[in-house]
Amino acid sequence: MCLGIPAKVIKIDDHLATVEIGGARKEIGLHLVDNISVGDYVIIHAGYAINKINEKEAEETLSLLRRLGDEVYR
Amino acid sequence: MRYIDEFRESEYANGIIDKIHSISKKNVKLMEVCGTHTVAIFKSGIRELLPKTIKLISGPGCPVCVTPMADIDKAIVIARQKDVIFTTFGDMMRVPGSLGTLQKQKADEGLDIRIVYSPLDALKIARDNKDKKVAFFSAGFETTTPTIAATVFQAYMDSLKNFFILPVNKTVPPAIKALLDTPELGLNGFICPGHVSVLIGSNVYKFIAEKYKRPAVISGFEPVDILLSIYMLIKQIEEKDAKVEIEYKRAVTPEGNKKAMGIMRDVFEPCDADWRGIGVIPESGLKLAKKYKGFDAVEHFGINIPAVEDKTSCNCGDILRGLKEPPECKLFGKACTPENPVGPCMVSTEGSCAAYYRFAGKDN
Repeated sequence: MCLGIPAKVIKIDDHLATVEIGGARKEIGLHLVDNISVGDYVIIHAGYAINKINEKEAEETLSLLRRLGDEVYR
Repeated sequence: MRYIDEFRESEYANGIIDKIHSISKKNVKLMEVCGTHTVAIFKSGIRELLPKTIKLISGPGCPVCVTPMADIDKAIVIARQKDVIFTTFGDMMRVPGSLGTLQKQKADEGLDIRIVYSPLDALKIARDNKDKKVAFFSAGFETTTPTIAATVFQAYMDSLKNFFILPVNKTVPPAIKALLDTPELGLNGFICPGHVSVLIGSNVYKFIAEKYKRPAVISGFEPVDILLSIYMLIKQIEEKDAKVEIEYKRAVTPEGNKKAMGIMRDVFEPCDADWRGIGVIPESGLKLAKKYKGFDAVEHFGINIPAVEDKTSCNCGDILRGLKEPPECKLFGKACTPENPVGPCMVSTEGSCAAYYRFAGKDN
């Protein structure tokens, strides 16, 4: 029940936004988040954005994964 | 899709699996609290990839599974009221109460019961049907509850008089505390729910590390996320450490989503709640705050349903607490299947029994 899907914001109209999820478009509510811009990725759940995805942190997790992989196969 | 595909890369997964094998020495039991994690773990076959030292246990983390029979009965009685359109998330349709299921009521009695994807859809139905009363089955943990709170707030601002909710919302931290107070479980660490934590943050879990001296890692939902979280937990356990860490950093912060939680705390306030198969957990439920009482369907329709005792020999209670595995229930795969479920853990696609049946095989 707690599924959340990353979606790209492509249009903002006050408290509503149009997002793109794997090619499909959907209208969602922005009532629970602040400072969202077009181009941001948000996690959507039950028709609302519940937060903005932190791109920098995503990169850091991936580089941690690469580092751990290197330790194994070095 | 971005932020999903990268976290499914087998190259990363293989590296982490090897790391886990190389550091894991002690026999440990880790619990994944969230049903969405349970499904991801079964679907990706993670249990089979781990060393024998690590046992994963599924917890109570599905709001569908823990909704007691009496609340299903309330939903049915509200749906039976004159001029009511009853709206619900699809998962709740097949959960049995003592009066049957919403799905059966819809088919047999022709009640106007509609599945919605978002509480906003229920609000729209209310706006479009001013001559009807629209009730929404408000189930969910902290991931979902703020979306319902935002909807109720909207209805309040619009002075909508024909929209109501049946609140059965529950909160996760008191349930984790109840699990930690069940010593026979012997849990060594927690994989904490990712999307609940987007909202509540990681700070609220400090009691797990500080009071109970157990490590906790908040995990994302892709296979690599879950493997990395398991690695982080094992590392802490082997180093005799106990702290709260975030693996799902791209979405979770220590403070959580303060705006969403602010809206939730304005609309709802804590109350004791009955968890199906588990019992009453203090302060683990949510009821509408005084200002929003006019939206309470139970009060509006004057519904009074006493607690119902579950008389089936279903073991969902023990399964939800991780005391039993689904195949240990004598109904599993026989009297209880996804097509014909007896207990809520088989109804919900995120229930332990349904996940076990679908992915591990009913004879496992």
